[in-house]
Amino acid sequence: MSSIFSLTMVAETLRIAVPYACAAVAGVWAERSGIIQIGLEGILLTSAFVSVAVAVASGSAVLGLVAGVAAGAAFSLFHAVLVERARIDAVVSGIALNLLAFAGTRMSLRGLFGSASNSPSIEAFRFGPTGSRGVDLLARVLLDPVTILAVLATAATPFLLARTRLGLRTRAAGENPAAAAMSGVNVPRVRYTALLISGAICALGGVHLAFDQHRFESGMSNGRGFIALAAVVVSGWRAERAVLACLAFGALEALQIVLQDQANRSAGADLIQLLPYVATLLVLGFAAGRAAAPRGLGKHAD
Amino acid sequence: MSLPLRRAVVATFLLAGLTALLPARHEEPSGKGAYARVRVGLVFDVGGRGDKSFNDAAFEGISRAARELGVTTEVLEPSGAEDREAAMRLFAARGFDLVIGVGFIFSSDVNVVSAAFPKTNFACIDYSPRPDGVIPPNVAALAFREEEGSFLVGAVAGLMTKTGHVGFVGGMDIPLIHKFEAGYRAGVHEVCPTCAVHVAYAGSTPEAFRDPVKGKALAVSQISAGADIVYHAAGTTGHGVFEAARDMGAKGIGVDSDQYDEMPGTVITSMIKRGDVAVFDTIVSVAKGEFKGGLRSFGVAEDGVGYLSEGPHAAAIPAAVKARVAELSARIARGEIKIPAR
Repeated sequence: MSSIFSLTMVAETLRIAVPYACAAVAGVWAERSGIIQIGLEGILLTSAFVSVAVAVASGSAVLGLVAGVAAGAAFSLFHAVLVERARIDAVVSGIALNLLAFAGTRMSLRGLFGSASNSPSIEAFRFGPTGSRGVDLLARVLLDPVTILAVLATAATPFLLARTRLGLRTRAAGENPAAAAMSGVNVPRVRYTALLISGAICALGGVHLAFDQHRFESGMSNGRGFIALAAVVVSGWRAERAVLACLAFGALEALQIVLQDQANRSAGADLIQLLPYVATLLVLGFAAGRAAAPRGLGKHAD
Repeated sequence: MSLPLRRAVVATFLLAGLTALLPARHEEPSGKGAYARVRVGLVFDVGGRGDKSFNDAAFEGISRAARELGVTTEVLEPSGAEDREAAMRLFAARGFDLVIGVGFIFSSDVNVVSAAFPKTNFACIDYSPRPDGVIPPNVAALAFREEEGSFLVGAVAGLMTKTGHVGFVGGMDIPLIHKFEAGYRAGVHEVCPTCAVHVAYAGSTPEAFRDPVKGKALAVSQISAGADIVYHAAGTTGHGVFEAARDMGAKGIGVDSDQYDEMPGTVITSMIKRGDVAVFDTIVSVAKGEFKGGLRSFGVAEDGVGYLSEGPHAAAIPAAVKARVAELSARIARGEIKIPAR
């Protein structure tokens, strides 16, 4: 049982949780500003793809990271423009953008690399010691630049939302857009800014996915954007709680893997694989009644 | 909303819808040889082209047929379950002479489409027959005895492990992949009865064959538990296994094709499954008008499975280990070792 409480578990939990946490914090930014955002999955995919494509083309992981974040921000801003200016239903726009991201990345993969499924390998970042001890694993996770950026962004979010002018305006636009507009806040502009930040943070998760594997693979976000959305709802649209929910999910996922090996294909193995999902359902069940969405979610200022 | 904006939005959404439906198509330049009128279509499994494994082996077979026989070939990469049958149907409806499905996952699709197009020839790699065991007359079921090749790499792992722990990461938890596990386990225990074999599967849906994130996590767990060599039978999920092995200073064993290039220095050898030979032979039989339906099984004796033991990509294996495994391989070919398939 020692392998359950170990540095390896801590490192794995953190590594697994990064994409979830980034997407969840991005969801908080978008929805606290009043824009329903179910396109997180599409942003994860798009940013993962663009980061790898640029890293392959330029040979620079840093350029890949920058391009991935820029692509995520642009994709998110596009959603905001569709919702705010074109007045498309945000759910419809989110679905369309997810479809566009899934098919678009496959098409571009095919066009660039001759395979609709896999990209070539990239160097990305490799820092930290080689080795199989828990401390080596943890060092590699903590020294990963994408992880560091993701931790900074998620840690800064509660403060930014609660204490800064931008955060206050964002929340005002999300709680009561009409009143915010009346008091002089340019609601669409605030929402564009919030969605830009949201897209950039979500993109860090996408880049992490791709760089962790040192390549892009079609559909590699694998539903993480939707699980993150569930974390947003469970947390009552609060960033710090959403991150905790994602860490818990990461821990359960890591635990599930350790238990699967210890069980060594005994009777419980199939049930163990269900663990993270059962836990998600349970938490949803308990938290459902208490969660309160921003009151202006999905409403416009005029 | 202004009119141009509305138009732009409609265009965006139409584009989104279109790209989702569009299968990624790819036409090989048609051949000029004697068999240029023979048309062969191939549909990839999950994992797809560029998996450096199973699908790429099949692609190598069809490319060789295009080069050497001059047959006209075309391949499709379906994006999901709903596209697989449609892709096969598309080839059959266009009058292709042979339609190949790469992977067990096509078994039921082949049954349906081959009944609808009784004059078209079909081939399915890793075909798993219906419970009644009937194979349609126009279907060549290409099966491999993967447990034999897995036994050989298991012996390599058992002889080379320093910790007495080795790992196996499977993709989807199904009988086909259990064959790899059973053969590997038997191979390890043949040469090292006290060695522990850690086993994990990535999931219970076809997506488990393309989840490198999960593969990495599974391998990290096994290597942390002491395993120093990990074998995978998991499609592109295996890429994550190699990632973990490289980061943690362990070794990996590839599957289906020579996977050395996936992670040079980490991949010590690969279990080879000659999907290319099976595909090429089937195309030859169609080109010559000698196609026969039914089951064809490839094992060590037929040179259909084996392991990479020669060349620079197998340089990490000591000569003594190679000799011992070669002896085991010969005994398998003579039928002297009974290898469990489950």
